[in-house]
Amino acid sequence: MADLILGIETSCDETAAAVVESSKLIRSSIVSSQVHLHERFGGVVPEIASRAHVDLIVPVVAEALVASGLEGSQIEAVAATAGPGLVGSLLVGVSSAKALATVWDVPFIAVNHLEAHLYASFLEDPDLQLPLVFLLVSGGHTLLVLMEEQGKYRVLGSTLDDAAGEAFDKVARYLGLGYPGGPAIDNLALEGDRSAFKYPRSLVQENPATLPDDRRFAFSFSGLKTAVVNHVNSNPDVATEDVVASFQEAVVDALVTKLKWALDSTGVEAACLGGGVAANSRLRERFMEVCDSNGVKGCLPSKAMCTDNAAMVAAAGYWRLKKMGPSPLNTGVNPNLGLV
Amino acid sequence: MLILAIETASSQAGCAIGGHEGVLASAHSGINGRHAENISPQIAFIKEQAGINYSELGAIAVDIGPGLFTGLRVGVATAVSIAHALTLPVIGISSLDLLAFPARWTSRLIVSAMDARRGELFTALFRRVPGGIQRVRDANVCTAEDLAAEIQTFDESILLVGDGALRYAEVFESLGRVELAEQGLAHPSARAMVQLAHARAMREEFVQPWDLEPIYLRKPDAEINWSTRNNSK
Ligand SMILES: [Zn+2]
Repeated sequence: MADLILGIETSCDETAAAVVESSKLIRSSIVSSQVHLHERFGGVVPEIASRAHVDLIVPVVAEALVASGLEGSQIEAVAATAGPGLVGSLLVGVSSAKALATVWDVPFIAVNHLEAHLYASFLEDPDLQLPLVFLLVSGGHTLLVLMEEQGKYRVLGSTLDDAAGEAFDKVARYLGLGYPGGPAIDNLALEGDRSAFKYPRSLVQENPATLPDDRRFAFSFSGLKTAVVNHVNSNPDVATEDVVASFQEAVVDALVTKLKWALDSTGVEAACLGGGVAANSRLRERFMEVCDSNGVKGCLPSKAMCTDNAAMVAAAGYWRLKKMGPSPLNTGVNPNLGLV
Repeated sequence: MLILAIETASSQAGCAIGGHEGVLASAHSGINGRHAENISPQIAFIKEQAGINYSELGAIAVDIGPGLFTGLRVGVATAVSIAHALTLPVIGISSLDLLAFPARWTSRLIVSAMDARRGELFTALFRRVPGGIQRVRDANVCTAEDLAAEIQTFDESILLVGDGALRYAEVFESLGRVELAEQGLAHPSARAMVQLAHARAMREEFVQPWDLEPIYLRKPDAEINWSTRNNSK
């Protein structure tokens, strides 16, 4: 059984490689962010991201190997994110991983990026018990997932329009707070009054039973973004810190309310948070409050494990290889790959 | 020295293994757009066909463009990763050199013209020299009409090679002294790359895998828009 797995992640604007042993021990994890390349455009530019991945893939893999203390020939399998993500970016990581697997003559494993986020929690808390509810919040995804057993997931709800991280970026751009929007809003919100304005919480009602089944655990953030823009347009003198604090509270409210409903309806005993927005301090605080008040174990991965990294890809690859065997070498990428 | 050559920068893809005695094994696929799926299985296949171990390779050669961006990156990412894994140097070869090289039997001016999509061509000019070809004018991106105007300034016979030349055949055929090379020479080939790379390997024209730079010739659209916007401010 392959225990030493090299993971590669290039689905968006992070070039990452990691060596993980038995899906538990992180021997190395290198993440090279391209944020500085995309900053002036206010968002990730796919062609620029793809070019940067080509430039960075060998240095990042080399650094991960050196930091792991292993020779390439000791690697027993290579896992790479094959979707969802930006097609040009995904192709660089998958091409590199297949090339390495070919010449090392070890299995290649195509990993689902969303599944990798779920496995990030197990890297830091190996005793985590299933089933659990997972709240995945990033710039590309907002998902509430019931993880029943290894490899068996049920998507309870997802966003109907913008991802939560996208809403942060758009509001930050509108307010001139720079890119990426998440950290900028998180910091400025600390100085504001989060109850200053009551922005809308879409699809959130007193009684979840009044929502149709397909909307109960769903999210929607585009109405909120529009409400903030309209509010600031008609009140140009309003304090920006109060706006962002109130906006952030509305996003977090929607997220944790749906999480609470999911915990109530599934009766699971643990919940996990993941994705780039899981680094938001207010979301982390409210997530733990909901877990505590529901009497479930709250799993809050470190910020490094919430954002995109390759250790989670290697960990997910380990389980996928064990359950389903290697992926064929003619595997391509799928930018729209779903979790189930 | 044995060389593994990887070619994915045009609408066709392939790879070959060979050395100074020629090509030992090669694979080629003319199917559009499945380079990422095909190239690793093709490499594993030709390695078996050639009956060698990867440890017997001395260098990795790859088409570094200009070409279709996505395919180009698939080849470069594959080549640099293999080179890194096997601790081998890389020989980066321009697609336009690769188009001209098999036409070196002619004493005419050789013009490589690759389809760059969006109504444009990637082009360069070459002349035969002992043992190979030499570039007369560096690579650029231009329209078929631009290229036609340029080659008319040369007072000599011209051989045009590449899928771009064939695509815009009607623009070039009316010119005097110009002949278009056939379909069989229209795409850069991995087999030709083995030979060209071998000559460069003998001159030790290597780079390390982390130093290899693809030739895009075009900036990302976002950068073009951004600088236009900021220049007009
Ligand atoms: Zn992610």
